[in-house]
Amino acid sequence: MKSSIIKFLPAAAVALAVGGCTTVPPFGGYDDEPMAADQVEVVDQYYGGDSQYAADATGAYGYTSPIAASGGVYEEYESEEAIQELLNTLTVYFGYDAANVAGDFRNVVVAHGEYLAANPDVTVTVEGHCDERGSREYNIALGERRANSVKDLLVAQGADERQIVTISYGEERPAMEGSSEQAWSKNRRAEFLY
Amino acid sequence: MRLKGLSNTLLILSLLLWNAQAAAALTIEITQTVDAGVPVAVVPFGWVGGGAGLEQDVAAVVRADLDRSGRFKNLPVRKMVAFPQTGSEIDFDAWRRLNLDHLVVGQIRPLGADRYQIRFQLFDVVRKEQLAGYKMNTTARDLRTTAHRIADIIFEKLTGHRGAFATRVAYITSIKQPGGGREIALNVADADGFNAQTIVSSPEPLMSPSWSPDGQRLAYVSFEGGKPGIYVQDIYSGKRQQVASFPGINGAPAWSPDGRRLALTLSKDGDPDIYVLDLQTGQLRQLTDHYAIDTEPAWSPDGRWIAFTSDRGGGPQIYRIPSAGGEPERLSFKGGYNARPSFSPRGDAITMVSRVGKQFRIGLLNLRTKAIRILTEGALDESPSFAPNGSMIIYATKVNGKGELAAVSVDGRIRQRLAMQVGDVREPIWSPYSKAQ
Repeated sequence: MKSSIIKFLPAAAVALAVGGCTTVPPFGGYDDEPMAADQVEVVDQYYGGDSQYAADATGAYGYTSPIAASGGVYEEYESEEAIQELLNTLTVYFGYDAANVAGDFRNVVVAHGEYLAANPDVTVTVEGHCDERGSREYNIALGERRANSVKDLLVAQGADERQIVTISYGEERPAMEGSSEQAWSKNRRAEFLY
Repeated sequence: MRLKGLSNTLLILSLLLWNAQAAAALTIEITQTVDAGVPVAVVPFGWVGGGAGLEQDVAAVVRADLDRSGRFKNLPVRKMVAFPQTGSEIDFDAWRRLNLDHLVVGQIRPLGADRYQIRFQLFDVVRKEQLAGYKMNTTARDLRTTAHRIADIIFEKLTGHRGAFATRVAYITSIKQPGGGREIALNVADADGFNAQTIVSSPEPLMSPSWSPDGQRLAYVSFEGGKPGIYVQDIYSGKRQQVASFPGINGAPAWSPDGRRLALTLSKDGDPDIYVLDLQTGQLRQLTDHYAIDTEPAWSPDGRWIAFTSDRGGGPQIYRIPSAGGEPERLSFKGGYNARPSFSPRGDAITMVSRVGKQFRIGLLNLRTKAIRILTEGALDESPSFAPNGSMIIYATKVNGKGELAAVSVDGRIRQRLAMQVGDVREPIWSPYSKAQ
């Protein structure tokens, strides 16, 4: 099918999330039968009950879906096209003075991590970058924190550490010149170089 | 433990990168001076020899130095009443009528091919007495340096503080190339912006220059080869050596006052920590060990302390640790962002980058009172460094989106702007006093 396939976690694994409801709600996008354990992926995202989405400790959020609202933890299983699109995305952006991979960029990094896990011969360089504000060597350290944050998420998807090289350029290689908010937001980034 | 780089005695004479060529000149503009500068006249020096004399106007260099300090009011040459070359030729009353306090006269005589002797005298016009008089031998090439030394002597006699005109500034330039990309260069120029020389250039980032205490070498970070390494380079011979190339960050080199060690930042064990590298033995000692960012080490002038930036408390703040090892102690408590410390020559203050609202400015942290004074008014000011006499702080700023250098006196009353015609300039580091002085 063209639309997303939804995998779901067994109730036991769901307990950390919303809890309570153990019935699988009727929904037209997934198999009604529970998956075998080896098909189940533990997600490190969770839903925060009634909120649209809830930031976790690293500021990432889970999806809102009808299923989630009724009490399960699910992970969207993307179409090949969607995954390719995520893999074609080679830059993820960060908030000011932040190093957590947040929002939709988490999907991007997860897709790259799964790709690396499935292709152990592939290596990638993750570059961390900063905007121009503040001191230069502190920004080198901050850029490294960003690159490592991406690396950790790649490894969490099963990629091997040896597939990943990180380097921080701090504010030394801006993607966009200028001292505007727009330029700064374009420069706070991590880049995948395959 | 020995470093990889040193064990191979990797002495690279990189002709490809090293080219001590003339670099784009910096021009200096005084943007603010003290209201009541000391009135002084530096009379054009006389030529005692045949021919047309020197092209280089030595007195003009002295005048420009004194002007640039912001503490003097020079009498323009066109308003001078006479052009004495020695003390005996001075009519003090005539100069006194111009409300002049001090007068400088001098002579230059050739000493054979390309060698000269400069004699100069500094007089108190009111008391009609000589305050200083020197004979200085020099060469054609060193005429400007000798002029800066004369300015240093005048400055010290009249202000009580050692002059810092015969010093240099190292800085990074970034110039867009016609074919795309940028050329990054590490340069050294005299403190008045003249004699700019490129020490090393690269299409990859160069950053964080640090002077050796003898002013002969620079340590810096280069990303050549696609990863950061720390290099030490003799600025005269161009000889250089890679001293650190660990996995992760190799950054923020800072020369110890005794010249034997470099403090630096390495993240080889997972997060950035401060280390001290013995340049003779290659011995590496870890000084801080914290999962937060520790970087930007700076030695106190007595070598006992290393100040650094750490975000162990949340945001970046200034800490210090004994250079022999010990417990870190937080120094900055005001504001959410204080980074990149650099000690005053007397060791009683630290200049740093401080965020004020949304602006990044140059702060001065008084180490006795812990008070922070903001010295600048820019939005993106960074990389402050003291002149070796402690009078001025040079730093990087942005003007209309272009990287420029600026300097401000510690009391905030004198301001200078150092601009280049093309490209961006940043990371200025004032040299120590030259040993030859």
